[in-house]
Formats: sequence, C-alpha cells, structure tokens
Amino acid sequence: MNQQEFVNLISPFKDKLFRMAKRLLVSTEEAEDATQEVLVKLWKNNNVLSNYSSVEAFAMTMTKNYCLDQLKSKRASNLQIVHNNYSDRTASVQKQIEDKDSWDWVEKIMETLPEQQRLILQMRDVEEYEFAEIAKIMEMSETAVRVALSRARKEIREQLVKKHNYGITYN
Amino acid sequence: MELHTIEKLVEKYFSGETSIAEEKQLKEYFSSPDVAPHLEQYRAIFGYFKQAKQEQFTKTVPLQPRKRSYVAWISVAASVAVLSGTLYFMNQLSEQPNLNQDLGTFESPEVAFQETQKALQMVSENVNEGVKSIDYINEYNQTTKTIFK
Repeated sequence: MNQQEFVNLISPFKDKLFRMAKRLLVSTEEAEDATQEVLVKLWKNNNVLSNYSSVEAFAMTMTKNYCLDQLKSKRASNLQIVHNNYSDRTASVQKQIEDKDSWDWVEKIMETLPEQQRLILQMRDVEEYEFAEIAKIMEMSETAVRVALSRARKEIREQLVKKHNYGITYN
Repeated sequence: MELHTIEKLVEKYFSGETSIAEEKQLKEYFSSPDVAPHLEQYRAIFGYFKQAKQEQFTKTVPLQPRKRSYVAWISVAASVAVLSGTLYFMNQLSEQPNLNQDLGTFESPEVAFQETQKALQMVSENVNEGVKSIDYINEYNQTTKTIFK
C-alpha cells in the first residue's frame, strides 16, 4: 500500500478517531497527538491491514486503548491534562449563546462520566455506530453496551435537569 | 411529527432501545425551531451530539517512517560506494610507483659490493669537495686569534 492509498483509507474515519480521543483526553492538543500516534502506528503496520475486516473498527480500538493508556500513565505520574478548549463567545446572538452554553454543559457532564460510558456515548450518539460495531470495539457484549449506554444517557438527563432547575452555572 | 411518537421515542432513547434511524429522527426533531416546552430540556443533548460531530482532525499525519528508512538505505549505499572507490584508487596509486621505482638488482654479491663501493666513493668525493669550500672559516679563526691574544 502506498502513501496515497493509505491516506484514502484513513480519511473517512480519521475525524472519528480524533473525536473519540478528545472525548477521553479532553485536551485538543493531546487528542491530536494521540490521533497522530495511532495513524502512524497504522501506517507502520500497513502490510497487515488487509487482514482486518474493518480497519475502522481496528483503528477505533487502537485509539481507545492508546488513550486509556495515556490517562493511566498521566494519573500514575499525578499529572493533570491541562486544556483550554472553551472558546470565548463574544458578539454572538443571544439564542446561540444559550445553545452553546447548554452544549458546554452536556460536554462537561460527559466529562464526569466513567470512561467506558463516555466512549459508548461518543460512538453511538455522535458517530452513530451500530451496537455490534461498538461491542466489537469495546470488547464487550451487545447487552452490556446497551446497559451502559442507557445509564450514561440517563445520567446526562439527570444532571442536565438539575442544572435547569437550580439554575446553577457550571465553571 | 406527532408529539406522541416523539415522547415514546425519547423514552425508548433513554433506555437504550432506539435504532440509529430513530435516533436520527430525534436529532432532527430537536434541531427544529418548535420543540414542545416539556421536551425543551432535552434539546441541549441532541444539539450537542450533532455539533460534536462537526469537529475535525486538522493536523497532518507524518508518514515519515518508511521514507526515513529509504533515505537510510541510500546513505548506506553511498558510503559503501565512497569506501570502495577510495580503496580502489589507493590500490592503483600504490601499485604504479612500485613499477617505476624498480631499479634492478645484481646477480652476484661481488658485483653488488663493487657497485656499492663505487657509489659510496662518489658520495665521499662530493662531500670532501663541499668541505673544502668551508676552509676559509679556519682562516677567519686564525686572524681573530692574532688580534685578541
């Protein structure tokens, strides 16, 4: 496989890898580095890629494992990932500000979820993967995926309702 | 879309039983301007998911490794070429003078002895000739002696 073929192969899902990495690592820079790392690893193994039925699922699994490893080593060395992705929203229409604000809430609530639920939610609700695919990537059974997904969705709803009711602003 | 079905779908959604198509329906509904007031609270969720999919990976992927090994092989080949080239050249250089400096040899030792003597004689004659020309230094010494006695 030459470079051009490889780029064509990864281009449909490289954004998905990035978004998944960002879901876990939160920081954009960290996520970019992780995605790069995974893609370079894929490129190095490109002679065996044809053995995999779905390169996308394989890449997603690699990204998931890589990011979890990253988090583990960061925690072990007692380092926090620093991020400043929250852009300021000046000169925006009132409605849009409100929307963005509540999207930020959802994002922050998702950050509080366990990693497994975060990943499943990301793949199902953002990337719209089928349960079978998610189960394969997560190395879980489909039922377990469904249960985790339901839990994650309910947790978001609960947190969001709380915020709406008490009008607490989240920083 | 009928409010009743949406409510049902939302319920199914939270228990993790909706299909991808049904979830798409929900996303569609919640991104429309007229969401029922009691469902308003869920708008953020679906809005966020839709927006989260827009983010893109903009960094370029450095597909260097393969290229780098290629370059490494080129440098190996180049160094081998340079090394063998210099070796060949040196060999040629050291062989040529050997041929030119072959001055021949003598068969019998006696003749060799005579020839050597002849050569040494010639050298000594020449040396003596040179020594003669510095005799005047002695002359100089003698004159200074007569003055500074």
